[in-house]
Amino acid sequence: MAHRPRSPSLVTRITHWVGALSMLVMIGSGWQIYNASPLLPFIFPAWATLGGWLGGGIAWHFAAMWSLMGSGAVYLIHGMASGRLRRDLRPRAAHLLLRDLGLAARLRLTHAPATYNAIQRLLYSCVLGVVILAVATGLSIWKPVQLGFLAWAFGGYDIARCLHFALMCLIVGFLIVHVCLALIVPSTLFGMVFGRRVIVIDEDESS
Amino acid sequence: MKRPTIDHSLIASELRRVERRFMLKSALSLGGLAMLSGCAIDDEPSVEKALATIMGFTDRVQAMIFSRNRLAREFSTAQITRPFPFNAYYDQDDIRVVDETRWRLEVSGLVSDKRPWSLAQFRALEQQRQITRHICVEGWSAIGSWSGVRLSAFLQHIGADTRAKYVKFGCFDDYSTSIDMETALHPQTIMVLDFDDASLPPAYGAPMKIRIPTKLGYKNPKYLASVEVTNIFPGGYWENQGYDWFGGS
Repeated sequence: MAHRPRSPSLVTRITHWVGALSMLVMIGSGWQIYNASPLLPFIFPAWATLGGWLGGGIAWHFAAMWSLMGSGAVYLIHGMASGRLRRDLRPRAAHLLLRDLGLAARLRLTHAPATYNAIQRLLYSCVLGVVILAVATGLSIWKPVQLGFLAWAFGGYDIARCLHFALMCLIVGFLIVHVCLALIVPSTLFGMVFGRRVIVIDEDESS
Repeated sequence: MKRPTIDHSLIASELRRVERRFMLKSALSLGGLAMLSGCAIDDEPSVEKALATIMGFTDRVQAMIFSRNRLAREFSTAQITRPFPFNAYYDQDDIRVVDETRWRLEVSGLVSDKRPWSLAQFRALEQQRQITRHICVEGWSAIGSWSGVRLSAFLQHIGADTRAKYVKFGCFDDYSTSIDMETALHPQTIMVLDFDDASLPPAYGAPMKIRIPTKLGYKNPKYLASVEVTNIFPGGYWENQGYDWFGGS
């Protein structure tokens, strides 16, 4: 693997952007659905919601559900089959994570273009887990009878609904951080769009 | 009072400038809306059509994963939501009431016996009681206790063709909805006469409502007036406005 250009594969790039767009639609339409019966004493501003009314929000939510699950499944299956998922996201040792966290806190963490640092690995793995849980809680409140085991696993319909909302908050939080960082290091954005980030990598990074 | 006269030629250039500014502003906000909220996107007929097509696909998947043997969870009496929320497409003040002794359920479509049914006839049949969760499409839910006659038993009594695709419910509050035959034959799909062990009150659909714990609230019609067995897609009050037709839980 050494000295070979490494950049996000075509599958990674396509599933990233399809997934990202699907997620934005899921969030906007989800806020529309939330507004119909708010869990907390606030509603989302109309300009930030998708669909115009509850029925429209549901139509968008159930459309983007398929593209989100589809792109997620392709990404995970491809990542596992090719070994990329393991290579790119395998957690680093605790001391490396602490080192990178320290560097990040002092704004000195360099962004090695060819490989993910310990924080990125942790963050991307976590957000993958969070999105999977968001999909699972979403399915459980959509199908609390047919997928009764899922609703049961999440503590019943009402708790699953709150969890679905909380997971959305985590995803939005990640999105804000992720977009800010991508804009600070635009080469990553370039790579995720064009996949032509030709960089010679270090041997022990891929070991 | 006399209105002041304005010489338009004097302020024409000023007006144009203001106009241009407004146009730019609205263009910007429309662009922003289109990107952020899709308010402009889904007014587009092609997008609406695409969404409807995907909704049809989602409905087919819902029908596919539905099982007549899978039961909705039942709860204990202590878990019943009290007071149970009133919900309709109108306010509680506009509830319509009928004389229960004169009420008849109209029967039509692919059935062998189209004679209307009285409440007494339903009371004479075996009653099923369930304490299940009513889930509204808006997201809220409430646990209630309903009892009445299995729809499947009624369909058998009227000699319905159970190979037909749909059962349509008409209501005397001008509401309507329809369900698939699979759900109509589900053991927990009942024609409700009692709520919380007392005669169904007007707020919850007196004298008869349909309770389907495997479907969302808008597929549980109140104030029942007619039942029709048909192969022609009947739609429904909310479904015709864009809610998904299957609406399964």
